[in-house]
Amino acid sequence: MNDLRTPLARAKGLGTAKEGVGHWWTQRLSSLLLIPLVLWFGFTVASLPQASHTELTAWISSPPVTVALVLLILTVFYHAQQGLQVVIEDYVSTHWQRTAAIILVSFLCLLLAVIGVIAVLRIALGG
Amino acid sequence: MITQNSRPMSPHVQIYRLPLTALISITHRMTGVILAFGALLMVWILTSVAAGPESYAAVQGHLTAWYGQLVLFGFTFALYFHFCHGIRHLFWDIGWGFELEIADRNAILTLVFAAALTLVTWLVALMAG
Repeated sequence: MNDLRTPLARAKGLGTAKEGVGHWWTQRLSSLLLIPLVLWFGFTVASLPQASHTELTAWISSPPVTVALVLLILTVFYHAQQGLQVVIEDYVSTHWQRTAAIILVSFLCLLLAVIGVIAVLRIALGG
Repeated sequence: MITQNSRPMSPHVQIYRLPLTALISITHRMTGVILAFGALLMVWILTSVAAGPESYAAVQGHLTAWYGQLVLFGFTFALYFHFCHGIRHLFWDIGWGFELEIADRNAILTLVFAAALTLVTWLVALMAG
């Protein structure tokens, strides 16, 4: 077998994990999903600017809107986490600070996504 | 003896005027970070709706005030800018739009589409309100 690796690399036995484009690819997937979601969100929210609490609750409770909102929240915070991670990786040079910032941002995004989804479900199912 | 160096020099950062494409590129990043705060605002509004009419009325008071409208208008433009430039990135990903003239033209198109979407959205809001 034609192995181009150095003897040291062969001894370590560590190769590529074949996940090199994972972050890039999932960022593209979330972008694609956000195209219809953002257009829908922008224009429908614009059409209810002075909505009363009753109107807004009725709107969020309609099943397609509930589904779209939950989908939007999950995708937005996933996409935000990925984007903010890249920004941190580019501008925070001290290793421990960079790692700490990425962990903090990731947990915050997860927390906010959970709070958002629970809020939508409380509105939609609570009544 | 001084040798004449005719090789191209790297741009001097302090006096280098960023081309439009570069300005738009960094704006994409900045709007992305700004929109993370927009997502935070969205969650805040949703929790206020879930908490009941009184808490929603308080939030709505801020949102309909002049400063709230200003912030919402800013988020709208940031959202559509990031949206349009994001689509441009997706075209780059399939290998389209790298030529200098097309890149320059698309930079302007990004701004035009973002502005148009912002205006149409706010027109819809004004007519509905």
